[in-house]
Amino acid sequence: MNKILRVNMTTLTTGTEAVPKEWAALGGRALTSTIVAKEVIPTCHPLGENNKLIFAPGLLSGTTAVNSGRLSAGAKSPLTGTIKESNAGGLAAQMFGRLRIKALIIEGLPKGNAWYSLHVSNNGVTIAEEKELIGKGNFAVVEALENRIGKKVGVITIGPAGEMKMLSANISVKDVDSKLRSHGRGGLGAVMGSKRIKFISIDDSGAPGIKPVDPEKFTASARIFAKAIMEHPGTGQGLPTFGTAEMVNLVNEAGGLPTRNFSLGRYEGHEKISGETLRETMIERGGNPSHGCQPGCIIKCSQVYVDKKGKYITSGFEYETIEILGANAGLGNLDQIAVADSIMDDIGVDSIETSIAIGVAMEAGVLPFDDGEGVLRLLREDIGKGTPLGRIIGSGAGHVGKVFGVTRVPVVKNQAIPAYDPRAIKGIGITYATSTMGADHTMGYAVATNLMGVGGGIVDPLKKDGQVELSRHLQIVTVMLDSIGLCLFIGFPAADIPTCVPALVDMLNACFGFELTPEWIGGLGVNTLKTERAFNLAAGFTNKDDRLPEFFREPLPPHNAVWDFTDEEIDEFWNF
Amino acid sequence: MNITVRLFATFRFGRFASATRQYPPQTRISEIIRELQIPDTEISMIMLNGRHADPEQCLCEGDSIALFPVVAGG
Repeated sequence: MNKILRVNMTTLTTGTEAVPKEWAALGGRALTSTIVAKEVIPTCHPLGENNKLIFAPGLLSGTTAVNSGRLSAGAKSPLTGTIKESNAGGLAAQMFGRLRIKALIIEGLPKGNAWYSLHVSNNGVTIAEEKELIGKGNFAVVEALENRIGKKVGVITIGPAGEMKMLSANISVKDVDSKLRSHGRGGLGAVMGSKRIKFISIDDSGAPGIKPVDPEKFTASARIFAKAIMEHPGTGQGLPTFGTAEMVNLVNEAGGLPTRNFSLGRYEGHEKISGETLRETMIERGGNPSHGCQPGCIIKCSQVYVDKKGKYITSGFEYETIEILGANAGLGNLDQIAVADSIMDDIGVDSIETSIAIGVAMEAGVLPFDDGEGVLRLLREDIGKGTPLGRIIGSGAGHVGKVFGVTRVPVVKNQAIPAYDPRAIKGIGITYATSTMGADHTMGYAVATNLMGVGGGIVDPLKKDGQVELSRHLQIVTVMLDSIGLCLFIGFPAADIPTCVPALVDMLNACFGFELTPEWIGGLGVNTLKTERAFNLAAGFTNKDDRLPEFFREPLPPHNAVWDFTDEEIDEFWNF
Repeated sequence: MNITVRLFATFRFGRFASATRQYPPQTRISEIIRELQIPDTEISMIMLNGRHADPEQCLCEGDSIALFPVVAGG
């Protein structure tokens, strides 16, 4: 039987509730956003007692469906002030799914200075005071909990940045190798820190599991779904072979590779940080160029990066981090970027927000562009230890710009713009502007259509034509991916392989006895986006917040592209 | 005429990363793709001097083309 677990940190009490009927066909983002909209006061302080932190596995998480193990975390974001959903791989979503936990809702704030942990099991959720692991990095937390509870324990944890309530703090999830995956964006680690919860441990022994209502139909449609993923050249070949860093050379060629704090669209050292170089380096050193973020992943776009002696440095080493530190901060050195990635995982900060904030700090003269050792020192000694400079940079790119008087500050709704310049790839610019979450490429990944024609042909990235419609369509479909627990890249076969989406709907129906049709997807997307938008409007946002920073009107070499959408053209996005 | 041909991702396997090669005047991009034995279905992006191009486009002295399979970033 599905259930909702509720934790009240003010009274230090817990409870189990039945799932309301109207939430039955919701999961992941659709559910966290529905709960935030229903239960959180939109004008509340994100770090105050009226905010709630919600975890929800995708609808298919915990089943045998491939690539369905993403966990959504939702709250009002302390970084943006908007509603927030951020999802991650790792083990927790599938454990929640098998335990039939539809959502874990954490509300209230404890009095006093004690720290706590939560433990989730087949018996529900309990609260305990925690002393030993306070101040520790995320890797140490995972190691200690495996010793304390057992190797199989699931872990959701915050690092020192979350304890210090930094606005770039993330929430990390243990993966199959006892390493980390992150709910990166929007400062949700600070919300967990405000509730004084260091970690959540999960024991799924005795879990009832998910038994499909129609097992034969479920298995048959799950096979069709997996086949569609393998048939698509992006998910079947490109991503497994080169990982997401393959985008470095492609975006560079298109002239949209953010370089030296978004002042150029091409980086002269692009080959040094490319997916091709990353792959060759990993094969040469004995790392693993093809690795999944969750059990059951058949795309395996991730990798394990090792140093020259073959020693583990980091995994989940993604395009965004590599590009932003490599080109936008000018490091141009995969080994240094990998060490930075590992430190950010350990102290628990979003590698996008932090890396963009570093680029702004470089423009301000806090440290020179290209200064890799300076970046590592800043991460370890300043952000990790919470010095005043570390707290400024840990507050995100928008705050760094304000503190140091920089005007080229790439944020929307105070959230850092990731590794695609919107002047040269305009579809993703519309997503940055209009997303209910602040700038976030994963909310409607128009890059794939703008550059590679995924979903029916190229929409010219340098022209305005069709970009609003493209972003709207993708944002609606992405809600479906985020709610079923699927990774973003399922969007590729969903767009190009005709059997993919019907197979997904068949899986949901066969698993839960729903009677959904493919039209359900559009409805879910529209309803969720409108629910999120209504929350933001009630929190005080207007259409004037759906804008890119002024500096994007400056020409970007090599194409001298500018951001030239009018306010009316952008506002057309919400006309549905 | 001199044309710089740059290949990316799987297209480099058994071929090259970048080469400046001689072609007769009026050569089309599709002729170079055929010469390199890259199946049309595998190509997701053709860039001519940094902008999207049609395979039937004719090339000029000093042009640079870049060929990509489908890749993705996140």
